[in-house]
Amino acid sequence: MTATILENSGYNRDKKLKIVGTSPVKHDGLDKVTGRARFGADLFLPGMLVGKILRSPHAHAIIRSIDISAAERLAGVKAVVTRDDFPEIKAGTPGGDMTRNAMAREKALYDGHPVAAVCATSEAIAKHALKLIKVDYEVLPHVIDPVEAMKPGAPVLHQHVRTKGIKGADQPSNVIERLDLSMGDVAKGFAAADVIVEREYDTKPMHQGYIEPQSCVATATEDGQIELWCCTQAPWVYRDRLTEILKIDQAKIRVTQSEMGGGFGGKTGFYAEPVAILLARKAKRPVKITLTRNEVFRATGPVSGTRSRVKMGVKKDGTITAAEAELIFQTGAFTGSMFFNAPQAMFTRYNLENVKTVSYEVVSNRPKVNSFRAPCVPQVVFGVEGVVDELARKIGMDPIDLRLKNAATEGYKTIYGETFGPIGFVETLQAAKKCEHYNSPVPEGQGRGVAAGFWFNRGGETTGTLNVATDGSITLILGTSDVAGSRISISMMAAEELGIPVDKVRAVMADTHSLGFNRVTAGSRTTFATGIVIVDSARKAITELSKRAAQIWGVPEEGVTFEDGYCRPASSNVGTFEPMSIAQIAAKTTPTHGAIAGHSEMNVTGAGPGFGLHIVDVEVDKETGRVDIKRYTVVEDAGKAIHPLQVEGQYQGGAVQGIGWALNEEYYYGEDGRMQNASFLDYRMPVASDVPMIDTEIVEVPNPRHPYGLRGVGEVPVVPTMAAIANAIGAAIGIRPQSLPMSPPKLLKLMDEARGKGGG
Amino acid sequence: MSRKYHVTATVNGDECEFLCEAQQTLLDILRDELMLSGTKEGCGTGDCGACTVMVDGTMVCSCLVLAVETEGGRIETIEGMAKGDQLHPLQRNFLELNGLQCGICTPGILIAAKALLARNPDPTETEIRYWLAGNLCRCTGYDKIIRSVQAAAKEMREARS
Repeated sequence: MTATILENSGYNRDKKLKIVGTSPVKHDGLDKVTGRARFGADLFLPGMLVGKILRSPHAHAIIRSIDISAAERLAGVKAVVTRDDFPEIKAGTPGGDMTRNAMAREKALYDGHPVAAVCATSEAIAKHALKLIKVDYEVLPHVIDPVEAMKPGAPVLHQHVRTKGIKGADQPSNVIERLDLSMGDVAKGFAAADVIVEREYDTKPMHQGYIEPQSCVATATEDGQIELWCCTQAPWVYRDRLTEILKIDQAKIRVTQSEMGGGFGGKTGFYAEPVAILLARKAKRPVKITLTRNEVFRATGPVSGTRSRVKMGVKKDGTITAAEAELIFQTGAFTGSMFFNAPQAMFTRYNLENVKTVSYEVVSNRPKVNSFRAPCVPQVVFGVEGVVDELARKIGMDPIDLRLKNAATEGYKTIYGETFGPIGFVETLQAAKKCEHYNSPVPEGQGRGVAAGFWFNRGGETTGTLNVATDGSITLILGTSDVAGSRISISMMAAEELGIPVDKVRAVMADTHSLGFNRVTAGSRTTFATGIVIVDSARKAITELSKRAAQIWGVPEEGVTFEDGYCRPASSNVGTFEPMSIAQIAAKTTPTHGAIAGHSEMNVTGAGPGFGLHIVDVEVDKETGRVDIKRYTVVEDAGKAIHPLQVEGQYQGGAVQGIGWALNEEYYYGEDGRMQNASFLDYRMPVASDVPMIDTEIVEVPNPRHPYGLRGVGEVPVVPTMAAIANAIGAAIGIRPQSLPMSPPKLLKLMDEARGKGGG
Repeated sequence: MSRKYHVTATVNGDECEFLCEAQQTLLDILRDELMLSGTKEGCGTGDCGACTVMVDGTMVCSCLVLAVETEGGRIETIEGMAKGDQLHPLQRNFLELNGLQCGICTPGILIAAKALLARNPDPTETEIRYWLAGNLCRCTGYDKIIRSVQAAAKEMREARS
């Protein structure tokens, strides 16, 4: 195990904080309210060409041939690329899948799968050129639904796939993997239960829905140097994978991250980037490719749709005795759903001993899924928290009390092997139970629901540098991307360590030449892990500042201490010296030893698990089936809110994404296997008038393995949302929905059923 | 090469001329010809509002306006919102109240909010929500956007009285 952590985080509950816990204006904000900030599509280079991608109109088809001759002859076209321009990589390997998703090879596997690309001197010419490319397809039967894809006789996407996790699987299958994860003895657990509830659920793929379509600019020199500018959550991961599929040395490609207009997991894997590089290499000019929204919907994202069966048993006193689940995840045309998160996280937050899960990852003729906040967990928590709610109702217990009765605490050994350190689930539930919203009467005609969620939070490989400028101000070089304000949060931690105002600190996001490898910016790891790396860098810089002070004063190094931004003599025995500020020491770096900096790289461990509980009141229109979210409260443990306004923003944004997923968002496919709602008009994300203010309550149970106690707050806010809304709808209409989205036609049908049963 | 049309308009008070193809949108010209890339493209079909600008005092999606239509027009974009060092109260309140996360929708929302406050200096929360219903934001859940607009409206009302 090479993992390292900050040896001593120095976490001190009683430390008086000056900056951490305040909410200063983020330094990158000004450029964003004035239009100056440069996002993916905002780079303009001399001689830059427009790249466009030709996409398969078929869900599943053999590509017999591609004739690009007419396109190449069109005036203004500078290059055309097809599968023939990509190095051959064996199908079924990670690189083989990546290259085939970037450009279809033997077969087109979904509507929108890239087939060829051009670059030209104008967009109009590039679009015209696409029409001149002749692709000879042999259309094959396709399969969209994952359950259909699992059946014998279903069209098979990949002939090489033999299901992993099933002994003796020797036939080609759409089931990539079967994963069993269990602990204890569920038979014994269910036998001890007084009440058992078992339900089936389904959820639909939803798109991450970032407002900025992917955009990139690639340049290539004659000697093979590549520059890539793009909006990405993972510059180093892009670099490593691009070099793998394009066979380029890693030192010869520099990936520079732009400002990113939303990602939510959807910008952790590349799409047009390798195509832009190949076009630029052929054309010897910069090439920009910006996806259209139609392309974003048809060929990027989305999130896995699921089918699940969840069974749980409870004793009359509220003790949950066993939990069991069977889960199916659609992963699109290629593996990569991260479905393994689901069985690890779905029941984790309850101190269960007996759990059994079986999960399947299934390919079908849809775009390869990509990550989204807490990948693959909210979909199945939708079911789990529905069953928990029903158990509470059946034994006549308050739903938060049932969760409290079974809440995991420090020392609980999880199904994935981790033993919890200090966690804040109980405190979160207690805060929810006490909050005004939960104690207010449910307004007439409305229903109230609650649901809980968990996310691991992550660490991982992270690098960063802190430079002390000669005037004592500080510049930070960060390896992670800034998705919503991490530059300011990390600057605040640096300022707190150094005892200087945060205005003296400025952070930039590095390109891949400037730092060592950084894992993706995802999983609520950034403020945690990069925070640790920068705190470590600051402490190294402080050690160096102290050495310089010792040198200037002519005293031994151990004779100097650093406190509140000043080096001071450690005791009166050292001598009488006026304390020296960072700026005073920095001004003398030339005669001492040159520039002062701190640098750190770690495979950061010690992430603190996060827990939340959502409370929602809804009204369901009896005539139309439309759901109105009347009131919403997010209660979540942040560990420590470094920048409370931004933490609230994460809670609110996550909840509203979940509201969209709960009520509206889904993909429609025609009989022909083509997506029918590939626009923001037809794929309906929440708008301002759809939602109320989102109330938040930040619980702070510190994670002692971080210098300031933080956990990470980006994922949990979406985990319980759909379940909470479904539980509220259930309370309002008498039947708890089991299928997402909970759209008007479905709810009208449920209300009819409820009336039939004498409910509603 | 397709024919190009000569257009003269004012952009943020400056007279400017450009050549455009018949099918090019105002958004294309702002970004690719005039290098005013503060106006963003989120969809190109008028559904997300990221490209919101003012033309002759009317709020429009610049992706739905043909550039040739703006002959003689008065165009206002995010780049013209601050006056010298003075941020517009909306800009300042969005910064102070964290009304933006990633920032891609922010220029369009600021332009739309400014247009709202010009018509209605004292909008209710519901009026703000419906006015901004054409501007998608995926990060914030809208809460802090609405609060930023409310705070700016209050400040502007107080400055006037």
